[in-house]
Amino acid sequence: MPSLGADMDAGTLLEWYVGPGDTVKRGDIVALVDTDKAAIEVEVFEDGVVGELLVPPGEKVPVGTPLAMILPAGAAAAAAPAATQGAELPAQEAAADTGTQPGTQPATQPATQPATRAATVAAPVTAAPVPATAAPPKPAQPDAGRRPAATPAARNHARELGIDLGTLQGSGRHGVITSQDVDAAARATPGSGAGTAAGPGAHVRASPLARRLASEAGIELSGLPGSGPGGAVTQDDVRAAAGQPARAPSPTQVITPAPARPAEGAALASEDEDERSAAMRRAIAAAMSRSKREIPHYYLSLHVDMTRALAWLEETNLQRAVTERVLPAALVLKATALAARDVPDLNGFYLEDGFHPSQAVHLGVGISLRQGGLIAPAIHDADTKDLPALMAALRDLVKRTRNLQLRSSELTDATMTSTNLGDQGVESVFGIIYPPQVALVGFGRILERPWAENGMLAVRKQMHITLSADHRASDGHRGGLFLSAIERHLQHPEEL
Amino acid sequence: MKAPITSESELRALVIDLLSHVAPEADAATIDPDASLQDQLDIDSIDFLNFIMAVHETTGIDVPERDYAKVATLNDCVRYLAAKAG
Repeated sequence: MPSLGADMDAGTLLEWYVGPGDTVKRGDIVALVDTDKAAIEVEVFEDGVVGELLVPPGEKVPVGTPLAMILPAGAAAAAAPAATQGAELPAQEAAADTGTQPGTQPATQPATQPATRAATVAAPVTAAPVPATAAPPKPAQPDAGRRPAATPAARNHARELGIDLGTLQGSGRHGVITSQDVDAAARATPGSGAGTAAGPGAHVRASPLARRLASEAGIELSGLPGSGPGGAVTQDDVRAAAGQPARAPSPTQVITPAPARPAEGAALASEDEDERSAAMRRAIAAAMSRSKREIPHYYLSLHVDMTRALAWLEETNLQRAVTERVLPAALVLKATALAARDVPDLNGFYLEDGFHPSQAVHLGVGISLRQGGLIAPAIHDADTKDLPALMAALRDLVKRTRNLQLRSSELTDATMTSTNLGDQGVESVFGIIYPPQVALVGFGRILERPWAENGMLAVRKQMHITLSADHRASDGHRGGLFLSAIERHLQHPEEL
Repeated sequence: MKAPITSESELRALVIDLLSHVAPEADAATIDPDASLQDQLDIDSIDFLNFIMAVHETTGIDVPERDYAKVATLNDCVRYLAAKAG
């Protein structure tokens, strides 16, 4: 179980995307792990062949627990008997690992039950949408077979639309099913898909009793046609399915009207949300308390003239297609990443044996979630990306963070974090460092202010940039050089 | 690309739909048509860019950065797009 942040001491293995015998390459997504903050896609850190899976879905284990055996690639043929020779996948290595690049080899994901389930979704008999809800993974049913690899967002989306993932071909990396695939399936399936008009409770169209029965019986609600109002799965649907576990529901199934309980369903969903947000609060509390307990912060700030950078940006954006447009946020991120390379004392990790500067600059970006809370995933190698690439990475990261769809390396690799509260009208940020990093850079809003230079007064667009840094790793002098370096880079936007 | 949308009511429905993708709580009943969209929906500059990109994708209309102030409220946005579409 990798440590997916300073605030994590245990995680729940939700799902395996690979099984024994599958070939994996460094960077492949192999499992989905639930932390207090989000469900995270865990990447593998070496090439090889998956041996034994040591932790079953549904099990919560402490950080550091081996999750699976990875065998050297050559051992593929002898995978099963050679399982004990495999290198374990210890988590601490995962946390210290940097610069994960996705591999190219498909981490095959056989759709295990497509044939029978296809009938469920495609059959015009089920005129109503086939609703589903999340049956919590049960360790007690390891025979249920692996579920198809899908992004968490796609899984949620499929649940909302009543689409069975087992019937889909994934178009994402390594055949992983994406939200687009689910959309495509929804369009192609008559009668399925509640559409975007579906309310927040749409994905829980099953009565609470039906959900509990299904969970106890180890039945996936996503495979059941709902006979209740609005296509809700009822207790009778579940009982019928339990009686014939062949998963192919009989088309002659008795339709039993059951009271729909949408309000109750919605309430349950919001309870989940409350629990998630309480857990996130605790996680943030733990990390920030540790930071304030252990890290002797010092703080510096600088007003930076942004006039030139913004004028350059506006001009270049005019020539860019709307999809390529770059925001000032990306500009300051790039300047910060370059400054981190210039002044390496602020980029890296402070561990028990002291400060370890990082060669690579993986810039963490604080991203607020709409439902509350905060995650600061990393943009890998931010110093070497050109502006359009950095902007694309930023947009992608914001989108995936808000969908709680992140990868393990993004949560563990950040060598420095930035936070931009300018959109909220904030002028100055006084940040708390995210351990074991040693610096946090804060950006305020860009404001027109009087600016005196060479005895003249002018109005300039300015940004207040702040630095919170770990005094164990650096001194104010180096911190000052770092802020000056950001300023210098912002005066030469064409070089960013 | 969809068929050209010209009526104001269609445009209004479209804008609200596109907004709901960046701010899920956005709906016709709750949006104050004359208040800043960014303020009332708590959307940041990246969300807003995603909205502008979605507008471009569905209508073909490119809102340049210098016109962002002209699409700041729902009413302004609909008026602006109607003028561009017509």
